[in-house]
Amino acid sequence: MGVEGIGARVVRKEDKRFITGKGRYVDDVKLTGMTHAHFIRSPHAHAKVKSIDPSAALKMPGVVAVLNGKQLVDDKVGNLICGWAITSKDGSPMKMGAWPAMAPETVRFVGQAVAVVIAESKNLARDAAEAVVVDYEELPAVADIRAAIKPGAPQLHPEAPGNVVYDWAIGDENAVKDAFSKAANVVKMELTNNRLVPNAMEPRAAIADYDAAEEHFTLYTTSQNPHVARLVLSAFYNIAPEHKLRVIAPDVGGGFGSKIFIYPEEMVALWASKKVGRPVKWTGDRTEAFLTDAHGRDHVSTAEMAFDKDNKILGLRVKTYANFGAYMSLFSSSVPTYLYATLLSGQYIIPAIYAEVMGVYTNTTPVDAYRGAGRPEASYLLERLMETAARQLKVDPTELRRKNFITQFPHQTPVIMAYDTGDFVASLDAAMKAIDYAGFAGRKAKAKAEGKLRGIGVSCYIEACGIAPSKAVGSLGAGVGLWESAEVRVNPVGTIEILTGSHSHGQGHETTFCQLVAERLGVPISQVSIVHGDTDKVQFGMGTYGSRSAAVGLTAILKAMEKMEAKARKIAAHALEASEADIVIENGEFKVTGTDKAIALPMVALAAYTAHNLPEGMEPGLKESAFYDPTNFTFPAGAYICELEVDPGTGKTTFVNFVAVDDFGRMINPMIVEGQVHGGLAQGIGQALLEHAVYDGSGQPVTASFMDYTMPRADDLPSFKIDHTTTLCPGNPLGIKGCGEAGAIGASAAVINAITDAIGNNRLEMPATPDRVWHAIHGQAA
Amino acid sequence: MYQTTYHRASSVDEAASLFAKGKEAKYLAGGHTLIPVMKQRLAAPSDVIDLARIKELVGIEASADTLTIKAATAHSDVATSDAVKKAIPALAHLASQIGDPAVRYRGTIGGSLANNDPAADYPAAVLATGATIKTNKRSIAADDFFKGLFTTALEDGEIITAVLFPVTAKAGYAKFPHPASRFALTGVFVARTKSGDVRVAATGASQNGVMRVAALEQALKANWSAAAIDGVNISANGLLNDIHGSSDYRANLIKVMAQRAVVAAG
Amino acid sequence: MSTVKLTVNGKAVSVDVEDRTLLVNLLRDHLNLTGTHVGCDTSQCGACVVHIDGRAVKSCTVLAGQADGCNVTTIEGIATGDELHPMQAAFRDNHGLQCGFCTPGMIMSAIDIVKRYGGQLDEATVRHELEGNICRCTGYHNIVKAVLDAAGRMKVAQAAE
Repeated sequence: MGVEGIGARVVRKEDKRFITGKGRYVDDVKLTGMTHAHFIRSPHAHAKVKSIDPSAALKMPGVVAVLNGKQLVDDKVGNLICGWAITSKDGSPMKMGAWPAMAPETVRFVGQAVAVVIAESKNLARDAAEAVVVDYEELPAVADIRAAIKPGAPQLHPEAPGNVVYDWAIGDENAVKDAFSKAANVVKMELTNNRLVPNAMEPRAAIADYDAAEEHFTLYTTSQNPHVARLVLSAFYNIAPEHKLRVIAPDVGGGFGSKIFIYPEEMVALWASKKVGRPVKWTGDRTEAFLTDAHGRDHVSTAEMAFDKDNKILGLRVKTYANFGAYMSLFSSSVPTYLYATLLSGQYIIPAIYAEVMGVYTNTTPVDAYRGAGRPEASYLLERLMETAARQLKVDPTELRRKNFITQFPHQTPVIMAYDTGDFVASLDAAMKAIDYAGFAGRKAKAKAEGKLRGIGVSCYIEACGIAPSKAVGSLGAGVGLWESAEVRVNPVGTIEILTGSHSHGQGHETTFCQLVAERLGVPISQVSIVHGDTDKVQFGMGTYGSRSAAVGLTAILKAMEKMEAKARKIAAHALEASEADIVIENGEFKVTGTDKAIALPMVALAAYTAHNLPEGMEPGLKESAFYDPTNFTFPAGAYICELEVDPGTGKTTFVNFVAVDDFGRMINPMIVEGQVHGGLAQGIGQALLEHAVYDGSGQPVTASFMDYTMPRADDLPSFKIDHTTTLCPGNPLGIKGCGEAGAIGASAAVINAITDAIGNNRLEMPATPDRVWHAIHGQAA
Repeated sequence: MYQTTYHRASSVDEAASLFAKGKEAKYLAGGHTLIPVMKQRLAAPSDVIDLARIKELVGIEASADTLTIKAATAHSDVATSDAVKKAIPALAHLASQIGDPAVRYRGTIGGSLANNDPAADYPAAVLATGATIKTNKRSIAADDFFKGLFTTALEDGEIITAVLFPVTAKAGYAKFPHPASRFALTGVFVARTKSGDVRVAATGASQNGVMRVAALEQALKANWSAAAIDGVNISANGLLNDIHGSSDYRANLIKVMAQRAVVAAG
Repeated sequence: MSTVKLTVNGKAVSVDVEDRTLLVNLLRDHLNLTGTHVGCDTSQCGACVVHIDGRAVKSCTVLAGQADGCNVTTIEGIATGDELHPMQAAFRDNHGLQCGFCTPGMIMSAIDIVKRYGGQLDEATVRHELEGNICRCTGYHNIVKAVLDAAGRMKVAQAAE
């Protein structure tokens, strides 16, 4: 490893612009003649839109246009799509209602747009929006998942009777029945996985600019995957053919999944820009983020596990109800199915698994992938179940886990996934040592003497990342391939540009991707730049989510690098009059091994571009591209243990220690990897203790601002103890597994396991607010 | 935010006369209540009259028996004031717990009291110490000032100029912050006057805003100790009930925070 | 409309704005100082923190008119030429930022914290003092480290002066 190569803790190249206020986010962009959009949104969870009267608004100063959903549909702007087809148990396709970008007839959640005002300033647009008269006829609404599937519940879409999108299953039902019939012990519990709001700190924004002469659109947008946005906007929403649509995602202030999706506001901005003949800008506020960004999680499950007399797991049966909100968002259908139920084997040998998932419509904001997407739900369910089983079977929870760990690889689970490698014992050992698990009983007794309730909780998670082998996901219903592309350009002076389809919105790609180049060529990272986030610059890309940028995106760069290096070697060998096989690359030079003959990279590049003396038949230039399609998912795994204290007077939880030991395979920049873990842990702990998107019975959101939705703050969290164990991923040449979501996947169960241990009551739902914990201490459900 | 006209007053009299001229004027001190409400378009004042630069409204004065905090004094200045720390340290502590540091630089005691948010911190101190609210027209006893949620004895256009706190023999404030907003989910201020009377006020708990807690006052008057509260029963009736705190939980917090406030008071 | 005159990052400026204009909009829209961000509508996230007369305040909750005559410093104004402010350098060196959106407000708040506490800062104090700044990326771990690191650097810098 060089000082800037793989494994080095290089400080980030991108930081200078952020710490000096020079980051360039969408809302920082100003175009000449730009207008501003303000959306008129439904205050009702379910209503007919009887009429929209813009006449008063149109007379107001600075108003350019008021546009509505009917005009949008008349102009043949396509409905929003869901890109992953799920088939129900009975063989029927999933049942979806239409979702136009602005509702022409019916609104189905609070915040759904019905019209938009375009004006000369943001304030004027908002002023005028209040003068647009919308006449609604309220309809009965349902927000709760259990209520939505009851007979007689309000119906959202005629296409989905009973509000059921699909009723899907995975695994062998009969094998599980058998397993349970042989069980010595059965552990059963109900679990709620609370609805969350992603809340990237940068609210979503879009600027659309239509050039009438060229019939060309430019869209600046807060996206994790600008090429996917262009693809969907072109192929399904009829905005413009791909070559007439440029999508730019500049600096993006966090995504966590919520900026994967193509939202109505982007579609409307594009359409409106053409209508008014001027650029249209929309910047969401935080309230709009709460109302319209795709939410995460929201499951209600029953889980049962069968054990033999030696406490070995025989089988697992799960029934989950997943709340999709009012419409099927872009990848929503895959989240509680192939991203959730396929991980229900966890780190354990479970001979038989059967999981049923019912996807349900409610009059709430649509739900889709949020950091971890399905895997946090699986991990939480399984790790709460293991802890509960240990308590019921009266064995140490770490011993129960060890007894059932998978130790031989590859391992085929009963739910599709084939784990390639791992060492679950090693990560659990390391975590137990780091937190001094053996000494916990003494610490608990001491805390008790001081009037505090102390608990310890374990969570051993596994996830499937490196999303994903295209053929595999295609066979499961995905509408896209999930490869990644890259291009390496060596300029004539020897500097290097890497063009990648991955998108960085906090992950540090501008640094880590350069480190691969530094590692391979021995050049300083200052000579390398990363180009991303612009469909006019980068050939194509599937974007950043699912912890895929290093495992898939960086591997694509590696493949392009290998092609470029092969050509450069030929040029070097030709120039040095040596055999290509004898050329080695070191410190930015191509050397003839065993001699002092060498040619520097800039000279090779110059030779490639001057083309005065290239090997016979070689094309000029030094630029290569590659597409990389992974052969399998990757399987990051780890053990998290937290120790905490509960104040019996208030029910407030305070962390004593939080240990995370992860196996991510090879790490390019451990400093950045640790940062990813910290952030993931904060979101997992936030889910466990603080965060909850709540609706009242009529579908009104109760938590639509930071005044009511509890975001984790610095004083809610501890400093974390991070460590790693390593088994290299055999599925990609760099051995990378991915690290972006682990913390959010593993943390929540550890926290709830620890609190329930502390208070001696296992009945506790997330978020474990002080109120709920206090009630649980006193033996009541909150 | 709706259109409005901003005025900066240089004296209390000028502020009052600007207010009288405005169609629907509002006073602005730190702005940390009014501006958020205006941003949400829940308030539409025709005129906003800034009191923050009026010299006579800023400052802290202490005598042997009275601590005077002028109305436009920022929370951060109260929190760090040596005079406050000496006279009623619990008041400095309370001010240091309001909102967050940036809010404390701008928010003022007068603004907080005039708004009377049911979860604001200052009303607990004012009510528990039996402070006097001085306005440009009169003096109002704390017991007469708070009239329920966001409602006070202030008349239209009346300006709080100062709050006169009797220096206490002992006082303590314990707050359980609302996890999201960082207002008080429940905060309790306990005070023992120099004459031996005990007053206890709770904020954040009641549906009617800040309130005195008679049962705690009696118990603490008989025996100034946390243990004295052990047997007190606080009714959940009339207490707020929301996703962050059910009414029985808040009833518990009143008791627990009162005990912690007594311990803090010494 | 009113004319607001103030000093921003050492330069006197005069801007005609509607009276309803917030300081953050004056900075972003009228002066093109887009380093100051807006992350919420309820004065909580702290992405908009700037210094007014040396105090770290939320510029989304200050009317432009209230800042008339004041000295405002934004994230763009704290470095000395090419030399980063010690807090900026500490954020970079400790990986105290990821997406960068909360970072300007974080840095402006953190400078104020160090100024108030001097060398008396510990982890618990930093965590409590940061309650008005929300970050979704870092879990605050490295932000806390950065602030403590910068406190040391700023003390050294002060001693050297």
